[in-house]
Formats: sequence, C-alpha cells, structure tokens
Amino acid sequence: MYLKIDHVDKIFQRGSQSTEVLRGITLDVAKGEYVSIIGHSGCGKSTLLNIVAGLTGTTNGGVILEGRQVDEPGPDRAVVFQNHSLLPWLTVYDNVRLAVDKVFSKTKSRAARDAWTLHNLDLVQMVHAKDKRPAEISGGMKQRVGLARALAMEPKVLLLDEPFGALDALTRANLQETVMALHQKLGNTVMMITHDVDEAVLLSDRIVMMTNGPAAKIGEVLEVPLARPRKRLDLVSDPVYIKCRAAVLKFLYERHRYVEAA
Amino acid sequence: MNMPIRNTENVVALPQSSAEVLPMPASPGKPLLARVLPVLGEIAARVIPPLIVLALILVVWQFMTNSPKASLPSPLKIWQDSKDLIIDPFFVAGPQDIGLGLRVLTSLTRVAYGFGLAAVVGILLGAIVGQSTWAMRGLDPIFQVLRTVPPLAWLPLSLAAFRDAQPSAIFVIFITAIWPVIINTAVGIRNIPQDYRNVALVLKLNPFEYFYKIMVPSAAPYIFTGLRIGVGLSWLAIVAAEMLTGGVGIGFFIWDAWNSSRLSDIVVALIYIGVVGFILDRLVAAVSTIVTRGTAKA
Repeated sequence: MYLKIDHVDKIFQRGSQSTEVLRGITLDVAKGEYVSIIGHSGCGKSTLLNIVAGLTGTTNGGVILEGRQVDEPGPDRAVVFQNHSLLPWLTVYDNVRLAVDKVFSKTKSRAARDAWTLHNLDLVQMVHAKDKRPAEISGGMKQRVGLARALAMEPKVLLLDEPFGALDALTRANLQETVMALHQKLGNTVMMITHDVDEAVLLSDRIVMMTNGPAAKIGEVLEVPLARPRKRLDLVSDPVYIKCRAAVLKFLYERHRYVEAA
Repeated sequence: MNMPIRNTENVVALPQSSAEVLPMPASPGKPLLARVLPVLGEIAARVIPPLIVLALILVVWQFMTNSPKASLPSPLKIWQDSKDLIIDPFFVAGPQDIGLGLRVLTSLTRVAYGFGLAAVVGILLGAIVGQSTWAMRGLDPIFQVLRTVPPLAWLPLSLAAFRDAQPSAIFVIFITAIWPVIINTAVGIRNIPQDYRNVALVLKLNPFEYFYKIMVPSAAPYIFTGLRIGVGLSWLAIVAAEMLTGGVGIGFFIWDAWNSSRLSDIVVALIYIGVVGFILDRLVAAVSTIVTRGTAKA
C-alpha cells in the first residue's frame, strides 16, 4: 500500500488534562487516489492531516509512506494550508522558488529551477502575477499560488487542508476545476480535508467520513464510482452523484449530528 | 475642485498643439500654476505653523532675557556670540577649535560603532530569547534588571575595563541601545505566525535559512521598532558619556563651553543635538518603511 495510516491514536496532554482526539484511525490510500476526509468541525480531521504531514506526532500507531515511517515534516508531503500561508515579503514567484530551490538544490540547475517554478505557476494560471506580492492578489489567487508551491515540490502525497474554505462559492468552484484538472494531468495522490459535501463528492475517489470527537473514528468510507473527467453540470442530475451525496449527508446530519455544545 | 477644470483645459490644448506650435507655450502657464498651487498650499500649511510658533518662542525668549542682568543669553546675543558656530559647521581653526558639524560627526562615529554592534548582537540575542523558552527563562530576568541601569552608571566600570575613553564611550552606547533591540526582536520572533513555521518545517529549512528567510523578515517590523528606540537612546547616551570622557565630540563641547562660561555656544550645541537626533530617528524610520514593505500585512 502506498500510504498507510495505521491504528493512529492521538491524545493531547495539557497539564493534567488530556483530550483524546483520534482513536484507532486506519486508512490505506492507493497511489494516484484522491481521498477526502469529511466531518463536523472539531472532529480532528485537521489533526489527522497534520499527523500525515508530520507536523503533529501520534500517541499510538503511525503513518507509513512508500514503506517508510513518517516521523517529521518534509517536502514529500506538501501541504496547502487553509489560509494560504504565503510569505508576504516574497513575490509570488519567490514564494514558489523558495520551495523549488530547497527541494531541487542538488538535482536541478539554476535555469532548470527557474523554468520549473514558472511551469508550476503556469499550471495554476498565475504566471501573470509572478512579480506581485501576496497582499496584492485575491484570496483565490493566493490559494492557487499555495497550490503551485506544493505541486512544485513534486510531493508523494499532496495534503489539502480545507484549501477552499475561506473562498466565496464562485472562486471555490473555479479552484475545484483547477484541482480536478491537475489531478487528472499529474496523477498526484491527494488527501483533502473538507466540510463541503458537494466538494467531497465532486473531487474524490473515496470519501472518509469521521464521527464526532472526542475520540473520533472513521465512521464510514464511501467509494465514489463516477467516471473522470467529471463535469460539474452533468453531475447535478447523475443518479450516482445524487446517491453518493445523499449518503454523505445522511451520515453527517442523521447519524452523527453536530453536537452544539462541542 | 480644481481637478475637473484643469482636465478640460488639457483636453482642449492637445489637438491645438498638433496643428500649430504657437498655442503650446501659452497653455501650460495656467495649468502649471493650477497644479503647483495646491502643492504649495499643502507645504505652506505644514511649514507655516511651526515657523510661527518658533518666531513666537524667539520673541518671548528675547523679551525674557533682554535685560543685561539676565542669567541666560537672549537669541540676539547668541547670534552675536556664536555666529561662527552657526554659520559654518565645518571650520577647522585648531585641534580643539573646530565647527560643530565636525564634532557631531565624531560623536556620530561613536554612535555608529556602538549602535551597529548593539543592533547585530541585539538581533541575535533577541532571536535566541524569542526562539527558545529556556533561553528566555534564563536570560529575560537578567535583561529586565540590567536594562533599568542608567547609561552613565556603566561608564566607570567600562573605563576600568577598557582603560581608554574611546572604547568606553562606545561600550556605553552599546549597552544602552541593546536592550530595546533584544526585547523587541524577541517579541517579534515569538509572534511569528504558526503558518510560517509550518512552511519552514515542510520545506525542511535549516536553522540558518530559517533565520534569514523567515525569522528576520517576519519580525522586521518589531526589530525596527527596537532599532528606532535604540538609536534614540544611543544619541541620548553619547552626549552624556562624552561630557565625562572628554576628547572631541558634541557632548564634551557642551561641558567645555560650560567651564569657560560660553553659554551661547551651549544653546547652539543643544539645537545641533536636537536636529541630529531627529534626523537619526527619521533615518531609521525611513529604512524601516523600505525594508518592511509588504510585511506589515499578511
């Protein structure tokens, strides 16, 4: 198995208080697969993503990527953060170039790194703004640059932490198309956190539904047997799409209702 | 209100100019004036009030110190006594008889050494204190105590250590300017957003790359606040230190003038010190706006 999350438990300790966030999470992801993790806020899905990224350690269990255990962050598991986290003092080009220089310092020449940076900006259609600073471009554009930065690292797994959460509906749809096209073209393995049911069904091969915390588990895993490339408008009336959507909605709102007090 | 009027004039003038040359010299006359006038008005609005206040102060001062028995010199007397100092800052008439501009430059060189050293060491120490909880717990109480020691209190100790006036004065500048730099840098580094730290972790930046690619740019606004306070304090300290250590410098000049009862010279020197301090502050502020452009808002 390409990416294996193996019996992961996570307990946060703060002084004498301990909170069990995740319990017994086991998930296998195949190469090139697009997996979404969906659940109510506070269920620990971001913690799970941070564990795969290596930014957070596990209490029990572990993550194995291509036969090697994950114990620290690294560019083979590039993250696109929810709030873009571009460095505001660098231009769009330099933000991506920083990652390219770091990852390919030994394997690519200076000219090749420049070309690779521009190539990745071109993938997300952001070459036109390469000399702008993050403060001068829109939220959707920032997220595109964040995506370019992650793709430029040629990661084994691309980790998306609610990448479209802070965007308006139209920009979000636009970016979803871009991500779908890129996944089709590059065949990345993607793990995406989301709380948007339509987004999960549209983009994913499989949807992992998590129960409410504390001690959240994987409640159900849903295969999305829709052929690619997928067209947003065609899917609206597609019976498979409607069935999948209904299944996720039922899980989230019937069986694992969001607890208001949490 | 002037804008639309000027625009219509320009639109009319252009086609004419292409047809014949004559109207061109006539047309810019009015728009140029209309363009310059608001700018002049803006400048006047900023420059005139301080000039009026200055004139008022001088008049009141003149009246208060007009009598021959007054203990302090009047503005007119200062002009008569110290005309050479006011008019030519860079004259050299002997080893101890030089213009105030030259004295200020000597003092500024000391400040440059002391403050430059304080900036480098302060940013590095601040980075350590901001980055490591243990360094902070260990060093912060010591810093908090030491920073309250007045600059001149360090002078006897540094004279004993260096046995020379020049390095002692520089050390006093250093020890005065370093605290705000350390403390502000540490705060800036503690305030680096977790997002930037995560980016550094995912990219596996080594500590050196992390320092100059993430830490310094991210904390730059804080660092410059510290530098700006530091340069102000240095300038305060150098004058006091030079009064005691002697030699060439604006501080010693004041002490020397006091000993030979040249009160007018002291007033001129005070004005020099004030203006130079103001320029130093604005200089650091200007560098700060250039360097931190873009970092202010994420």
